[in-house]
Amino acid sequence: MVLSPYRMALSAPGVLFTALGLGALLLPYMTIAANRIVAGDGVMAWQVAAPGATWPAVAVIVTGLLMGLPASMPRLRLGGAVLGIPGLIALLIQGAPALLEGAGEYARVSPGIGFWCLLAVFMLLLADALAGIAPGPLARGGMLAAALAGLAAILWSGALSDLSVLQEFSSRRDAFVSAAWRHLGLAFGSLTAAAVIGFPLGVLCHRRAQLRGATLPVLSFLQTIPSLAMFGLMIPVLAWVGTAIPGAQAIGIAGIGFAPAFLALVLYSLLPVVGNTVAGLAATPVAALEAARGMGMTPRQRLWRVELPLGLPIILTGLRIVLVQNIGLAVIAGLIGGGGFGTFVFQGLNQTATDLILLGALPTVALALTAAIAMDIFVELARVIPDTGHD
Amino acid sequence: MVLRLTVLVLLLALVLRPDWFASVFAPLAPAGGPVIYTRNSLLSLSLNHLGLVLAAAGAATVIAVSLAILVTRPAGVAFRPLARSIANMGQTFPPVAVLALAVPAMGFGSAPTLVALFLYGLLPILENAITGLTNLPRATMEAARGIGLSRWQRLVRVELPLAMPVILTGIRLSVVIALGTATIGSTVAAHTLGEVIIAGLLTNNTAFVLQGGLIVGLFAVLIYDAMVQIETRLARRMRI
Repeated sequence: MVLSPYRMALSAPGVLFTALGLGALLLPYMTIAANRIVAGDGVMAWQVAAPGATWPAVAVIVTGLLMGLPASMPRLRLGGAVLGIPGLIALLIQGAPALLEGAGEYARVSPGIGFWCLLAVFMLLLADALAGIAPGPLARGGMLAAALAGLAAILWSGALSDLSVLQEFSSRRDAFVSAAWRHLGLAFGSLTAAAVIGFPLGVLCHRRAQLRGATLPVLSFLQTIPSLAMFGLMIPVLAWVGTAIPGAQAIGIAGIGFAPAFLALVLYSLLPVVGNTVAGLAATPVAALEAARGMGMTPRQRLWRVELPLGLPIILTGLRIVLVQNIGLAVIAGLIGGGGFGTFVFQGLNQTATDLILLGALPTVALALTAAIAMDIFVELARVIPDTGHD
Repeated sequence: MVLRLTVLVLLLALVLRPDWFASVFAPLAPAGGPVIYTRNSLLSLSLNHLGLVLAAAGAATVIAVSLAILVTRPAGVAFRPLARSIANMGQTFPPVAVLALAVPAMGFGSAPTLVALFLYGLLPILENAITGLTNLPRATMEAARGIGLSRWQRLVRVELPLAMPVILTGIRLSVVIALGTATIGSTVAAHTLGEVIIAGLLTNNTAFVLQGGLIVGLFAVLIYDAMVQIETRLARRMRI
């Protein structure tokens, strides 16, 4: 078989990924520790279970890395990532029970540095291959849904339940579920509140330059205040509100807990919402506005039927920024009794229990990534609609 | 300008002469509890805090701008989509999570904070520097080539100065995030101003919380404002 030189051209990032990935395979793939606090001992990828079980998985991982090499075949490179990540997980599934066997009642197994590095390499390969294919928003939505479904199926099946971080989960199942709801409530609730306040404010700022000049600098200074300080400063304010206004305490307004965290998040969210609403409305092409005026549209009609649909991508981008930012910032709520995944992170830091930190941090990261990808898809869909000439 | 000066004086007073404010904070402290944080001097905490931010932002700037230059040269162009996706997706990682995940790898103290600040600080600068170096006016670049400037001369004399305002915006974003993340760094035992707030939260002492929050907030606002001033000055000079 003769391959043309063009076919053989190697992708420079692919070469880097293969080198990094092969290097990462030489790092400990999993660790086993006597209990949940002490540091574990590393175990190599091919030693985590019987050789008959590990070598095929290692071969799959190496194949995935090699499939990332050819520059001119982004689909093959994507396939490499899609093959490699399940390979990594399969190795964990085989390794966890095998390592735990006879290791003592309190022994814990965790993915080691090698696993995390390989996962990062395959994620980068995935991102690089996708940049070459440039799939449309619907295709990306499908891939996101498939990835989430795969992840949910693996977690649901219990195949990974021997891993230390999932043992932390099973001993706190109820706390985890309530933390998850609280975290989502903080992130989405503050997003909704910020949209309800910020959107009309943005429209007003668009209409009145004076108001705009006064509002936006104040909001950007609010955004600047470090999160811990902002959450902290809300405590005396809301404690005062709770005692000074009758009935405020009855609806849960107090210095500690949900209320200060929520208010801090809303304050952080205002700048992206208001700023992007103003920018989105201002981005309407002059010709479109002239045409709308010529058709005899009232200012209200112009707003709803011309300026808003055209500015929607920019406004949605503001909401994307807010959502991703608030999912991350809601972690700080754990420090002021506001609940959420931050509770586990800070408990874990206090007990130096790595897996408890991971139990809080991993869902937060996953949630933020999912929100970012999903919102990017919405932004792109919003950009497509005005072009179809519908309406 | 008067407002700026007042804020600066207030900040300096809060840091250097905290006991002046004892009567202001007293109603917020628990009965009989301490009003003013004395476990560590506020000045040393401030200097440490700003030192961490400066070190991280400085290193992040050097590395991020070098990387951006690399991926905007013909030799590194294959890495540009990757650099963009890393900058884009990496910024969705919450800074707190980056900090918390640095601890298992590096232990407690200033080291994980510095690493988290550096890694996270890279991304906004990288993103802006790539944008700045790729959206250069075509006519200017042609002219630079036309008058016989070498590649290196074009980079140093034309491309970097033109991209500077965008890069500076990235550095400002990075510094603002770093100030906030350094505050949270005290949960992993870094000596920063967050310590005062955390101490207040742990002992239910709102006076500490307010004191720490005010100092950190004022620092952030003043630094942000100063960097905006530098950017507008520079942008004005570029236009002439």
